[in-house]
Amino acid sequence: MANDPIHQFQISKIVPIEIGGIDFSFTNASLFMVATVACAAGFLYFSTSQRGLIPGRAQSVAEMSYEFIAGMLREGAGSHGMKFFPLVFSLFMFVLTANLLGMFPYFFTVTSQIIVTFALALLVIGTVLVYGFYKHGLHFLQLFVPSGVPGALLPLVVSIEIISFLSRPVSLSVRLFANMLAGHITLKVFAGFVASLGTMGALGIGGAVLPLIMTVALTGLEFLVAFLQAYVFAVLTCMYLNDAIHPGGH
Amino acid sequence: MFVTSAYAQTAPAAPETPAAPGAAPAGDPHAAPAGEVHTETGVAHGGEHGGGTFPPFDATYFPSQILWLVITFGLFYLLMKKVIVPRVGGILEHRHDRIAQDLDEAARLKSEADAAVETYERELAAARSKAHTIAETAREAAKGKAAADRAAIETELAQKLSVAETRIGEIKAQAFAQVGQIAEETASAIVDQLIGAKASGDDIKAAVAAAKTEA
Repeated sequence: MANDPIHQFQISKIVPIEIGGIDFSFTNASLFMVATVACAAGFLYFSTSQRGLIPGRAQSVAEMSYEFIAGMLREGAGSHGMKFFPLVFSLFMFVLTANLLGMFPYFFTVTSQIIVTFALALLVIGTVLVYGFYKHGLHFLQLFVPSGVPGALLPLVVSIEIISFLSRPVSLSVRLFANMLAGHITLKVFAGFVASLGTMGALGIGGAVLPLIMTVALTGLEFLVAFLQAYVFAVLTCMYLNDAIHPGGH
Repeated sequence: MFVTSAYAQTAPAAPETPAAPGAAPAGDPHAAPAGEVHTETGVAHGGEHGGGTFPPFDATYFPSQILWLVITFGLFYLLMKKVIVPRVGGILEHRHDRIAQDLDEAARLKSEADAAVETYERELAAARSKAHTIAETAREAAKGKAAADRAAIETELAQKLSVAETRIGEIKAQAFAQVGQIAEETASAIVDQLIGAKASGDDIKAAVAAAKTEA
């Protein structure tokens, strides 16, 4: 059981709550959502509380992440996109912090739950749809009609565009979820090799060095992936928001 | 090795999934994709845990996950929107303004310094030309004084010279006047010695006068 690489994704109730026959229990996943928010918000809050003209290290990090996302959003969705800055910034910080917290041993990785990433992806796509129709009305549907396509091909192209639009929330959520899941399983499997080889005597201990090296390397890679997936999530959010803001310029 | 205990085929999670749609409107769409992927991943990774389903696809906790995500992320979003973003934006803007202001200030100070240097140069040039004038005037004055002094000294010297010449002339004339008398006395003494006879004064006078005229 200790070596079961799936066990780390197991959800367990901490405070059972049931409303109207539906289980809304406060689980370990909920606990780590709270921890993620507490860490991210706490860091951003306290690092910037000095409002230093010359930033300290922590404030520099907070400002850097702010400017990083601001630059990304401005580049991806233009200056009109800046009204979505709090959303993109929250998404990025939330996903990044959740991914990084998941790197601690025995910690639960919130983003390794498909329902969580899917809910976040739906939030993005929902924002795109609501803002797109609110801002452009039915012109928003131009998004599916690229300009300069011959009439005969139009039905085909439009259906492809619609399918690609509909697959966005799926790809956005599955990408993040699968990366976190696979990474954690791989780490656990290699770490498990170390433990089980270590019990096989001298030869086993010698042999355990290889998976140990692998585990160390994978840990480094996982930190990269943790950042990269948060980045990718934010970049794609910017691109999708751009569609909502400029449906014609596609 | 630890992974595949060949956990047998499909998980009986599907019956549980219908619980999700009632939970939240957002829960509805993803019940389907979750269910589809579920089976194959369940076979691949299904561990020894007796629960049955692969945990991330276990719909039992979907309502709870969504609820707590909405609560936590909602709070996080609000905090970002209301506090952090304005604050960091304010810090950056303030710094930006401050830097721009400092650059303006620096430019102003530089132009002031340039002006000061220019004034200094101008005053230096003025002082230099003034000093030149003063030196020139002084030199002119000194030259004039020297010329005057020299003229005065020259006149004085010329005067002294002429006085001296006059005196020399007088002395010479006087000497010349006495020459006859001396010659007469000398001649009378010589005659006395030579011939032992006194020559008469008149003869000697006449002879000296004759010699004087010859000379």
